[in-house]
Order: sequence, then C-alpha cells, then structure tokens
Amino acid sequence: MKKNESPHVGKLAAADFPALNQQIHGYPLVYFDNGASAQKPCVVLEAMQRFYESDYANIHRGVHELSMRATDQYEAVRETVRQFINARHADEIVFTKGATEAINLVAATWGRKFLKPGDEVLITELEHHSNIVPWQLLQEQIGLVLRVAPITPEGDVPLESVRAALSPRTKLVSVAHVSNALGTVLPVREIAQLAHAQNVPVLIDGCQAVSHMPVDVQSLDADFYAFSAHKLYGPTGIGVLYGKQEILKTMPPYQGGGDMIDSVSFKETIYKPPPYRFEAGTPPIAEVIGLGAAIEYVRAIGMDVIAQHEASLLAYATERLCAFNDLRIVGTAPNKASIMSFVMERAHPHDIGTILDRQGIAIRAGHHCAQPVMEVMDIPATARVSFGLYNTTEEIDALVRGLEKVQEIFG
Amino acid sequence: MNDITDDLRDLYQDLILDHGKNPRNFRAIPEANCEALGHNPLCGDKLVLYLTVDDNGLIEDAAFQGSGCAISMASASMMTEILKGKNAAEVQKLFDYFYGLCTDHIEDIAATEKNLSDDDIARLQALSGVKHYPVRVKCATLPWRTLQSALDPHGARKVATE
Repeated sequence: MKKNESPHVGKLAAADFPALNQQIHGYPLVYFDNGASAQKPCVVLEAMQRFYESDYANIHRGVHELSMRATDQYEAVRETVRQFINARHADEIVFTKGATEAINLVAATWGRKFLKPGDEVLITELEHHSNIVPWQLLQEQIGLVLRVAPITPEGDVPLESVRAALSPRTKLVSVAHVSNALGTVLPVREIAQLAHAQNVPVLIDGCQAVSHMPVDVQSLDADFYAFSAHKLYGPTGIGVLYGKQEILKTMPPYQGGGDMIDSVSFKETIYKPPPYRFEAGTPPIAEVIGLGAAIEYVRAIGMDVIAQHEASLLAYATERLCAFNDLRIVGTAPNKASIMSFVMERAHPHDIGTILDRQGIAIRAGHHCAQPVMEVMDIPATARVSFGLYNTTEEIDALVRGLEKVQEIFG
Repeated sequence: MNDITDDLRDLYQDLILDHGKNPRNFRAIPEANCEALGHNPLCGDKLVLYLTVDDNGLIEDAAFQGSGCAISMASASMMTEILKGKNAAEVQKLFDYFYGLCTDHIEDIAATEKNLSDDDIARLQALSGVKHYPVRVKCATLPWRTLQSALDPHGARKVATE
C-alpha cells in the first residue's frame, strides 16, 4: 500500500503485489493458489531489502550498532505477532521455519516429555499431512495411539465427532483451524472447551486461518497455535509457534546450539527460558522482518475486512460454479473460509489445472497434502481454488470462462 | 488469444481424449506373470499394469487398471496396444524414443527412431504435445516407467514419479 492511501482489498490491493501484474500465456495472471502460498506485497519486499541494506547483522550477539538494530527489529516483530494473535506475552511467540516445524517442535519436545505408551493424540480426518506425520513418528518412537475424529460427507467436523473420540487416555488434541483441502472452519473454541474439561491441551494448526480471519489465541484458549508466514503474504522459511507461557516453560529444548543457552560448560549447560530456548542458531532474521511487515500490511487493511471480502468471493464463486451441471463442489460445510475444492465429471483435476493455466489461471490440483480427506471423500484428487485479499469477482468470471473451455475440450 | 484451443488441442488431441475416456485393455489379467504398480504421489495418478510374457520373453498380453488424468490414462491405453509381440529390448527402444519425444530431446529421437516401425512411431507421436507442458511429462511416462519395473526381474514392482 502506498502512503496516504486508505487500506484496501480486491483490485486496488492487487497493485501492491508486483507478481500479480504479469501475463501468463498471454492472459493476465489470476492467482487462485493462495492456500499453497500467497504473493508478497511491496512493503514486505522493501522491508527485507531495507533491512539487508542498512541494518543487517546477527542478533543477540554484538555490542555494535548494527547488531543492536537487527536485534531490536527482530524482537519488535515478536511483539507485532503477539498483538496480531492477541497472545498475553511476547515470549509466548516462538519463531520457527514454518507451521510444519512448529508442530514438529511440539511433538519433539512436549510430546517426548509428556506422552507415554498408550497415550492418545486426537486429530481429525481432515488434517494436513503436517498434523498427521509428526504424531505418527512419535507413535513409532514412544508407542502413543493416534485417534482420528471422523468428518461428515460434507467435510464438516461436528463437535459431537470430537466428543465421541475423546477418551480418558487422550493427552493432546491437535486440529486444523481451517481445512486446507475443503475450506471447513472447525469449531476450535468449542473443541478446546471440550478438551480442557478433561485437562487436555489443544494445538491448533492455523496455517489456513491467520490470513483469512481475525485470530485471538486467548479467546480460542489455544494451548499451542501454529502458522507460516508465507501464506500470510510474508516470506518463506519463517513461521510461528504460539504456546502458553506456563506450558512452554515445562518443555525441554528442541535443537541445541548457539543463542538458546545461558551458559555452557562440559559439566553443565543451562538453557535460556522460552522462547529463546527453542530458537537455536542464527534464525532467518530478514524473514522475521518480512513477517512483521506482512502483519502490519494486513492489520492496516483489517482482518475483518479481509474476511468479509473473501466471504463474498467464496459466495460468488460457489454460486457461479454450482451452475455447472457436471461440476461438484467437494466440502460443503456450513462454515467455510476462502477455499473451494471441486471435481468435474469428465475432466481430471490435473487436466483442469493445465487448461486453466493456459488461460493464466493458477489453481492447485491434487490431494493437497491431505490424502486421508481424499480417501474419505472417495476421490483421488480435487481442483482447488483458494482466495486471497487481492482477488476479485472479475477473476472468478475468468475462472468460469476457463472452466467452460474445459467443458469444450472434454465434451 | 483465440488460438488457446488450438494450443491446448496440441496436447488434448481427439485420439488422446478418446483413449482417456475409453481406455483400451482396461482390465485385470488374473494369469499375468508380470505386474507392477505405478503411482504419481503428487497428483494421485495410480495404475496397475498386467503382462503375460511367454518363455521367449515376448509380451503376449498387456492390460491395466487405475485412475488418473487424461494424459496418464491415454498413455497407458495406447502403450498396451503396441506392446503385444515385443520383447524387453524392443520395449526399451520404444521407451527411449517416447521419452525423447516427451522431453523434446531431438538427438535421442533421431538415435532411436530408426529402430522402430512407422506404426509404432505414429502411435507414440500422438502424445508428443506433452513436451510443451513440462509438468505433465510425468503423467505421460508413468505407464512406461511402470512397464520397465514390471519387466525388470529385480524391479521394485512399485514405481513413484515426482
């Protein structure tokens, strides 16, 4: 966003994103693959460039001016993230390389310390592989039991389904906030209440939520909340693990190395308190600066404004695509956000993806790293359209024309 | 801009669409003595290839079952049509030629073309439009990689392409 302009979404916002201003195969780019990763606004690119050009040095180390500037800016982003998700304290914000690492961190530290053979971790059928495989690894290592709450044919997760899967042996509930394959918004606050009623902590994978709706970790009462910067218009290689202070304090370090210790000797090494305990080695400093700029960008627009814009895009797209008699929307839960998966009778998702690409429209085709969902829905793959703050209804019209071309070719 | 359909038709020719929609030899062979599973984990294409190979190493029958995009299904269908009566060495030549076509390696095409019949060349060329769609090459070659695995006595019987 340029200075002195009011914040905006849709076409006006698209001007803030240099990558969107290009032609693909002779057509203006329509970027509908935001669920995989979002494009970056100028302010993010400029913040990283400016940081490298004038303030770059390693953090938490030097007495020199640049190191102090870098450290101040890095730690300021921790506060920016705290405000963004309304955490109580800045030291509840751990920087990781992404949501995947954030979940793996919880599994490797909290999980190994507190989970015993026979203990149950409860997930749902619609989880992304990154909220399945870390627990399967622990399953092999310590013999925990992975319980899976089923979804409905519409792709919804009724509270009853979670309630029925909870047992006296449940030690952690780990669920997506928004399904990356179907767009279902899960009742995470109510799930947390259920779990807390029997003293079970809750991890929420917020990857597909933070860029689309206001998130308040205190109001959700999440014990852990994970997300990546790159889906939030920020850089790759950086993400966040939020953890309640009292829980983070009980967790052993994740990786060993520099910057996570108070003192090291061959007799005894003393670890720093959270969050530094979990940030061994030189972190991706410029990426943290970029994440800070991305959060400032979306906050200036307003997460509620973004949510409203994307809800109207989703409603419009649902209406337009329902008019195709050979197209079926996969995932029709009443509460959905920004994602629409579909299949067509005669064309495979991969062929749909290729034909749309030739018309400049970028979508995702495949299982979306959520193979169990595909199995439940009894389909090998879907075509997925996922919206961002810069998308427009005109682009949905282009999608409709693109799908008509699919029909034309596949008869 | 209105040549978009022509451009796409280069890949999605009628012959390909027909094989994709009505794949030939789409069945199991219960008495098959060679079998392999091919899987493209990225897009979910999956097929099982069945072969009966006689004592002289000639392919007597070839069939497949599975699901996937039009390109992988058409490629599998057309492949089973040209395999009958071929041995492993001939299959390798067909594959080398086909792979050259898909990846637009002109030298490989020239080097392998002379060993093949005109009929086989014409059939394989139908899918050559895939060379303009690099991410789809793996769809076209999945059945062939599965075939190589089925014929390899030390093969894994399971192939995955990326």
